[in-house]
Amino acid sequence: MIKRTPYRSFLSYIDLSREYYAAYGYSTPYAWISHQQVPFTRLEKPLSECRIGLVTTADLEKLPGDTKQERHLLRKVYAHPVDKAPENFYTRDLQWDDESTHTDDNDSFMPLNRLAECAENGRIGSASPRFYGVMTDYSQGKTSKKSAPQVLEFCKADGVDAVILPAL
Amino acid sequence: MSLVARHLEENKIPTVVVGSARDIVEECGVARFLFTDFPLGNPFGKPWDRQMQRSIMDMALSLLQYAWQGRTTVQTPFTWSEDETWRKTFMHVSEDQREAYKKLGDARRAEQAKVKKPG
Repeated sequence: MIKRTPYRSFLSYIDLSREYYAAYGYSTPYAWISHQQVPFTRLEKPLSECRIGLVTTADLEKLPGDTKQERHLLRKVYAHPVDKAPENFYTRDLQWDDESTHTDDNDSFMPLNRLAECAENGRIGSASPRFYGVMTDYSQGKTSKKSAPQVLEFCKADGVDAVILPAL
Repeated sequence: MSLVARHLEENKIPTVVVGSARDIVEECGVARFLFTDFPLGNPFGKPWDRQMQRSIMDMALSLLQYAWQGRTTVQTPFTWSEDETWRKTFMHVSEDQREAYKKLGDARRAEQAKVKKPG
C-alpha cells in the first residue's frame, strides 16, 4: 500500500520543542543556530591509516546534586580513557525519548566497541585511546567558545585524524 | 554537538555527526551528517543490535571518506518499527493537560531560579 502524508515524516524537533516549552509557560522560544556557510575538511589519508575519535554528550556518571539543574552546573568537557569507559553512561539528564527506547546499551549511542572492532579488523588505523565528552548547553556561545576548543585540544593531543559525533 | 563538529572542521579535523534530530543538525549546518529516522536516544542503532550498529559505523566511516563537500546528509535505511506511534508521543502537548504543564513549568522555573542564586 502506498502511504501518503501531508507532512514530512521525520520529526521536527525545532517545532516540537517550541510548542512543548510554550505549553510549559516559557514565553520566548529557543532560537536555534542557523548557518548559511558550512566549514568542510576533506579526509586526506586512507581510513586504514587514520586515528578516529568519538564525542558524546553523555556523562560518565551521575553528578552530585538533587536536581538536573544543579548537576548541569557541574558538568564539564572531558577526555576519558577508552579502557576505563563506564559500564553505563549516565543519560538521564539529557533529552531523549525514554518512552520509546532506552540507553542501556552504550553502543547504541556511544559506539566504543563498534569503533574498536573497526580498529581490530583494519577498517581504521586506530581508535583514539580517549573519548571526549561535551555538555549540551543552552548557551551556544559557551559551546563554541569553550567546549569546542577544548575538544579540539584533546583531539590534537591524541593525534586524532577524524571524529565521529553521535548526538543523543 | 553540531557546533563542536563545525569547530573541528574549521580546524582541519574532518567530522561526521550521527543522529536523529535532522532539522536541528541541518539548520546548524555540518560537514557530514548520517541520519537515522529513530526516536532520540539511539543514534547508533537499536540497543543490542550489533549488526545494525556495525552498519551505521560503516556508513559513518564511508561518509568521512567519500563526502566531497559540506552539508552532505546520508540517511541510513533503518526504520524503528512498523508501528509509528513513537512519532506522536515524544514532547507531545495534549490540549487537556495545558493547565498541568503550566504548573510544572512554574515549578521548574522556581527551581532554576534557586540554582542560579544559591543561598
